[in-house]
Amino acid sequence: MRFSYLEPEFLVERNLERCIRCQVCVRQCAFEAHRYDAASDVVTVDSSRCVGCLRCVTMCPTDALIVRQNPTTFKENANWTGRVIKNIYKQAETGGVLLTGMGNDRPYPIYWDHMVLNASQVTNPSIDPLREPMELKTYLGRKPERLDVSVKDGKISLNTKLAPQLELRMPVVFSALSYGAISFNASKALASAAYEFGTYYNTGEGGLHRDLYRYGERTIVQCASGRFGVHKDYLQAAAAIEIKIGQGAKPGIGGHLPGEKVSREVSRTRMIPEGSDALSPAPHHDIYSIEDLRQLIYALKEATRYEKPVSVKIAAVHNSAAIASGMVRAGADIIALDGIRGGTGAAPTTIRDNVGIPIELAIASVDQRLREEGIRHQASILAAGGFRSSSDVIKAIALGADAVYIGTSALVAMGCHLCQICYTGKCNWGIATQDPYLEKRLNPEIAKERLMNLLRAWEHEIKEMLGGMGINAIESLRGNRLHLRGVGLTDSELEILGILPAGR
Amino acid sequence: MINDIYREKEISGCGLSAYMDESGRRTSGDDIIQSIALLHDRSNGLGGGFAAYGIYPEFPDSYAFHLFYDDGASQVTCEELIHASFHIRESGPIATRKAFGIGPSPIIWRYFVDPKEEILERAGLSADDFVVREVMKINKTIEGAFVFSSGKNMGAFKAVGFPEDVGDFYRLDEYRAYMWVAHGRFPTNTPGWWGGAHPFTILDWAIVHNGEISSYGINKRYVEMFGYHCTMMTDTEVMAYLFDLLLRKHGLPIETACAILAPPFWDLIAHMPEEEKNYYTTLRMVYGSAMANGPFAIVLGSRDMMVALNDRVKLRPLVAARKGSIVYVSSEESGIREICPRPDTVWMPRTGEPVIARLQQEAAS
Repeated sequence: MRFSYLEPEFLVERNLERCIRCQVCVRQCAFEAHRYDAASDVVTVDSSRCVGCLRCVTMCPTDALIVRQNPTTFKENANWTGRVIKNIYKQAETGGVLLTGMGNDRPYPIYWDHMVLNASQVTNPSIDPLREPMELKTYLGRKPERLDVSVKDGKISLNTKLAPQLELRMPVVFSALSYGAISFNASKALASAAYEFGTYYNTGEGGLHRDLYRYGERTIVQCASGRFGVHKDYLQAAAAIEIKIGQGAKPGIGGHLPGEKVSREVSRTRMIPEGSDALSPAPHHDIYSIEDLRQLIYALKEATRYEKPVSVKIAAVHNSAAIASGMVRAGADIIALDGIRGGTGAAPTTIRDNVGIPIELAIASVDQRLREEGIRHQASILAAGGFRSSSDVIKAIALGADAVYIGTSALVAMGCHLCQICYTGKCNWGIATQDPYLEKRLNPEIAKERLMNLLRAWEHEIKEMLGGMGINAIESLRGNRLHLRGVGLTDSELEILGILPAGR
Repeated sequence: MINDIYREKEISGCGLSAYMDESGRRTSGDDIIQSIALLHDRSNGLGGGFAAYGIYPEFPDSYAFHLFYDDGASQVTCEELIHASFHIRESGPIATRKAFGIGPSPIIWRYFVDPKEEILERAGLSADDFVVREVMKINKTIEGAFVFSSGKNMGAFKAVGFPEDVGDFYRLDEYRAYMWVAHGRFPTNTPGWWGGAHPFTILDWAIVHNGEISSYGINKRYVEMFGYHCTMMTDTEVMAYLFDLLLRKHGLPIETACAILAPPFWDLIAHMPEEEKNYYTTLRMVYGSAMANGPFAIVLGSRDMMVALNDRVKLRPLVAARKGSIVYVSSEESGIREICPRPDTVWMPRTGEPVIARLQQEAAS
């Protein structure tokens, strides 16, 4: 290998007094940063191999390890930062596209942190969710504008039959994480947690592993541009079908699964050769316009006898509002919006970091546009892209989302440390890998419990915040922007978000 | 036109009283004034108002517009608009007398109008829809003009002051109605504005309200999808539009509308028989944005019906009683006993369970 100009990103420091040379770190690091020299009975470190996943630190029984950012800096330069210079070195050394994993890590404004919630004082009692009912149940799908109800001999009967809906215990759904990008155990944990908790998970474009069909009624299956793993049983097994047009982490291009991660099982599930790169086309080659989308939506509805809602997922981009309106008119029952902070298993860094718009603005403008056109009831809005906490979720609901997708938060709950190297397939946490040795580190039962704990914790917190606002049903907060105020936002941002500044 | 985003939503407590004689027999405003006067301490002098049904038997089929004008100029502008769209049967100032505690008043005018046929045809709207549109237009676009009543054979009367003084000011003892609805306000965040007093009306619907609607933000955006504009900056107004939408436009029975505004909890629905479960589940799925969340007790008046409704967890008081053909509701039992000392029955309506009085026939006299 040629000499690299890249300094190690991290420095791994071993406290030799504490180290008992048990070699846990050696076994845990798939990147081989730690090595044991039997002759001299020492464990050595090659910091240049460290990706900062902290697996060794977490597993070290004597707390002998510290991983820190390499303090070495280039000469200070506001334009030519260390990050920029290193990227150029990387490209000069390889001639390749810079790859990364997880969501955008650039310091774009996070509007959630510039919006605050309301609470009741005096004139309106807050409601205590520990003592009174607090309802988070949410239904996703197409609703009619009005119901036909008739009264005969004093008895009321309902004459309208609703389109199929998804019933959520609370407005949080596990986002599209494909089998292939993540391990079977991680997929199973998501599926079983959604099933047991009463929400849904999304297969992404990885197909549905045969052992996960039993969670079908809590599964949203994706039909993406590569059509990986799409067949009749797959569609039939699901509760809903999602057409993936775009993804927040890489708007404008298709999904990437490096061949390193296409194991035998992944190959069977995706219906592609083992070890081949699974690169989805940038567009669906049967969708070059809105009328084509309509055809695919109805082809899927026909194929499943109109028994399942069809979602269409797009990356949040400049014209999301107009696009979403077209999607609703084309027959989408759910509009899934994925913002610029949305995660991925693999994406070109430059696209992840520079394309798309923040989800907050997309929710606000799409919800508003659909209302102006009087078609808001025809589709639910499912928002994705970097939801970190229950307060992010509740603010999204207040802005106008029906529910949110969480991907990164779910991965973190399972143990992900956001080191952003998912595309290598060497995830030391057993999540974003197909290596059997690494994969078995993730116990699907424990991961399921952790996921359910996260949902329960957020459920509690959402109930507390909702009750504080004097509201006892989530639908009374949905689109209720009066409960939000902006802090430190410009007039245009406030206008787009449709909220007042704090103090007013 | 009132445009003030600082006062998007009114926060207030209140007292309310109402009764309907289901037989259609009409009585003067004396009783209702006496009842609401007893609830004096529930309001603070920043707004009182009444709605009375059956008061204009001489023009039963014309829309009776009650307007406040800030000045003569706004009246001229507004009357141009009214002239263009309506035949005016009769117009003139609404009779008032000097009353204790009622400050400087706006110009208060009444018009009995019929929409012009040719205009209705061109607009492709029913007379009711057209009136709603014109009322919204006046309230939204004409500076200083405000329609506060637009129904047939009914009228709203309201002002800044205590309700009993407002009743005196409008000489309600001289009107005779088969249904009276009264309200006294205790606003905490709005200055006195005559249009801001209850009741809020659109067409024949009149609504008075004690409470604060925490769901106002979405209720407002929901009715806006159907062409309503909330111009009065209160959550009560949006309730009036919700009823108009659900009952008149969507043709739903009143029981359904009440179940939409104050629906049963999911836990309760889960234990219902299948058909009922499906009914309530569907209502909540389709009309979730119309649910009124937060504390409220409301009385809704319409031509042939009086409806009182509490919120889902009964956070505001509401008592009902019946004596013969008269159904009473009030914030306090004393408000009823003040004018009907020995009712046949008195009860506390349960959460979300409407009290409904229906007119049997309209009285001839």
